[in-house]
Amino acid sequence: MSHISPVLWQFLVNWLKHFAIFPPEASTIAPYADALYFALVGMTIVGMLLVGTMVTFFAIRYRKSNHPQAIQMEGSTLLEATWTLIPLGIFLVFFVWGAILYFRIFNPPANSMQVYVVGKQWMWKAEHPGGQHEINALHIPVGIPVQVTLISQDVFHSFSIPAFRVKREAIPGRYTTVYFEATTPGKYHLFCTQYCGTDHSAMIGWIYAMRPDDYRKWAAGNTSGASLAQNGERLFAVMGCNACHAGNSQARGPNLYGLYNSRIRMTDGTTMIANDAYLREKILNPSLHVPAGYVPIMPTYQGQISEEGLIDLVEYIKSLDSNYRLTQMMNKSELNSAQPAPIGGANQGPGAAPLPGATKP
Amino acid sequence: MSSTIISLPDQTTARLPRKSYLNQEYGLKSWLLTGDHKRIAILYLISITFFFIIGGILAGLIRMELLTPAADLMATDTYNKVFSMHGIIMIFLFLVPSVPATIGNFLIPLMVGARDLAFPKINLLSWYLYVIGGIFILAAMVLGGVDTGWTFTTPLSTHYLNTHVVTAAMGIFIAGFASIFTGLNFIVTVHRMRCPGMTWFRLPLFVWGHYATSIIMILGTPVLAITLVLVAMERLFDIGVFDPTKGGDPLLFQHLFWFYSHPAVYIMILPGMAVISEVISTFSRKRVFGYTAVAFSSVAIAVFGFLVWEHHMFIMGVSQYSALVFSLLTMLVAVPSAIKIFNWAMTMYQGSITFETPMLYAFGFFGLFTIGGLTGVFLATMGMDIHLTETYFVVAHFHFVMVGGMLMAYLAGIHFWWPKMTGRMYPEAISKLAAVVTFIGFIVTFFPQFLLGYLGMPRRYAAYPADFQVLNVFSTAGASILGIGYLLPLFYLPWSLIYGKIAGDNPWQATGLEWQIQSPPLTENFVEIPIMDHEAYDYEWLANKTQHEVQTVG
Repeated sequence: MSHISPVLWQFLVNWLKHFAIFPPEASTIAPYADALYFALVGMTIVGMLLVGTMVTFFAIRYRKSNHPQAIQMEGSTLLEATWTLIPLGIFLVFFVWGAILYFRIFNPPANSMQVYVVGKQWMWKAEHPGGQHEINALHIPVGIPVQVTLISQDVFHSFSIPAFRVKREAIPGRYTTVYFEATTPGKYHLFCTQYCGTDHSAMIGWIYAMRPDDYRKWAAGNTSGASLAQNGERLFAVMGCNACHAGNSQARGPNLYGLYNSRIRMTDGTTMIANDAYLREKILNPSLHVPAGYVPIMPTYQGQISEEGLIDLVEYIKSLDSNYRLTQMMNKSELNSAQPAPIGGANQGPGAAPLPGATKP
Repeated sequence: MSSTIISLPDQTTARLPRKSYLNQEYGLKSWLLTGDHKRIAILYLISITFFFIIGGILAGLIRMELLTPAADLMATDTYNKVFSMHGIIMIFLFLVPSVPATIGNFLIPLMVGARDLAFPKINLLSWYLYVIGGIFILAAMVLGGVDTGWTFTTPLSTHYLNTHVVTAAMGIFIAGFASIFTGLNFIVTVHRMRCPGMTWFRLPLFVWGHYATSIIMILGTPVLAITLVLVAMERLFDIGVFDPTKGGDPLLFQHLFWFYSHPAVYIMILPGMAVISEVISTFSRKRVFGYTAVAFSSVAIAVFGFLVWEHHMFIMGVSQYSALVFSLLTMLVAVPSAIKIFNWAMTMYQGSITFETPMLYAFGFFGLFTIGGLTGVFLATMGMDIHLTETYFVVAHFHFVMVGGMLMAYLAGIHFWWPKMTGRMYPEAISKLAAVVTFIGFIVTFFPQFLLGYLGMPRRYAAYPADFQVLNVFSTAGASILGIGYLLPLFYLPWSLIYGKIAGDNPWQATGLEWQIQSPPLTENFVEIPIMDHEAYDYEWLANKTQHEVQTVG
């Protein structure tokens, strides 16, 4: 030991102290994932020992100097059946176990808190319904299930939180969701795990899991002043959506009140559920599926609204659970067109910028 | 008396045959225009070794960059190009053709008792296509590189990169036809050109493995070709198949790509398994245990291998119920591999085992492939895959299978058939050392990556958080050991061409038809077409034959 210089020794000690070998367990899923992991590791060790023992034992016992004459034999149906059925049985156990975990991770409880995350080269933009916007960071409360709705603005990304044992691809043009419930307050790695170009390895951030009180404090102190639904409301007016979706019987477009999560009959006889993906698709590609009783006159908004803007609009349509808000909006939009006062400060997305003529009814 | 092992023929008295495929004709032209499957195999051997060296240097650069957490050795763009080229070269220009196009090309006609493959000119064309494909890929690299990753994921590859994507895709497209032609040749040869008495169940398992591989080559590769054409058209003409803003579906690319690229994994591993069957049998001096089970497990892998591709996409928003089906099918495809492992192990039971270099590589294969295969079950388990996919766990898993399994098998095969191909023996002590060094280097390189994967370190990161460094240092240290393991054969194998001991016809006392003829073989392989009158791996037949020869000569 005396031969190692103290500086080098300190360096080595420090280096080995930062030697992570197992990720923190910080979500309700993590213990389940780890249990499955250790069971799989156990299977691997048993399999290795079995094969290793067989090979080593035979290699020693039947080496040529010890066993000069090989004894020829055919196969054995019984043995073949044994090592077909036993591995198959073990694999099927893991299949069922893994499937249960998969369905648990990808099917959130109904009362989850909603967060939206947009991936783009090379950052994560998180949006809370209350109007908190973050980049490469996500603040969440512990003890409350959080559902993250993901979408990518450009290429495939993947939203990975190793400490929570969850990961979900952010796909261009399609919402995906992932859910987790943090258990331990702390700061955890957020990675993009799908290769996405030059700065793929810089598309990282932190998850801040906070006690609910702290989270509430954080949320109150970091809101942009307008909720996503309010931003959506404004955008709805700016884009002139209310011209057709006026909510009365003379309107050319369907009434959006109570639309969210309802079943809609299409002209071709099929029915669809008006979920987030449906609403997004209708804004960008309105003539693809036409609801029964309407003609496809709505223009496409492809390229005119950013993914954040679309999230705002979807949040707004979700919030339309009463005609009251709709009529209130109608009055307000007239106000807005007269005097376009900004609602909230930053982070309205490019779509929220006033477009020439867009506010005309 | 018939079952007594007699001493091996004295190799000191062995002479190189006066005429062989190597000295039938001389001159570059006689090689470049040859129709001889053995010469084409040598051409392939030289070219894939060339690409392996390039791919290996790129791997060394990757490990050097990852020695430290920051992206300080090269720019991130450069790193992205390096790992992309490493993947593209190693997969399409090394692993896919490795065993089939070299060892398979050399041996399939010998093993079925034919004078050549069914279509010698197509065989030569296949090598030219491979070389042209290789030149395209090298051109893409030299002109500035490609940074798509070997997976060419859209829309990144179609709309967000301005590197030589189309050139590289063209190269893979062309090299793909080389692989299709090889597969075609093998299938027709095995069906039509078996010698009298060579029934399907007398074929060596090497041939069964290659037959199964050929099925995948023929059915899978065209899908890859189409996919790459679509990527090129999307890039050049913006046709919108994979572009959601034009009504296309980016997931469609994933489906098409993995429809080839998962079976391609079996293109890479089945020939390796085929080699292992021969090596284990020869050095245990025993017929492969459960011949039919091993033969059919190859076919089962080829068939089931086509039905599991979606397990690469469990987190990509595919239907949860379809994921269920694909997870189940993936579990099923793991079973034939387990069957093979147990049958090989049982082949050693009551054998008479010796430990020459090919056998050492085969032991390495055993250990590494078993770990590689079992960690595949982690990834097939849907809930576990969520955490592990796209991390270093996947990198470690497929390197255990592809490098630990396939490359070990390839080296086992090269060392096993080297005396047959060249007529000379490599130095035994140093080649055994190389096998051991490779094994140790491999474990040190890739085992830490499993831990990194569970920690969550993502693939394809030029920079990583500092707490992952220690494991990465281990991995890089291991890579340098592994590099030495691979360099050794590059020296002693060419050395043996001139200075190696004369091997003789059958240095391992193996039973295959290829060992019953001179080493190196004649251009026409057999003086007269043999008649197969015994089962494969019939060591009593071999003992009788040798004894008979000893008696008639002596």
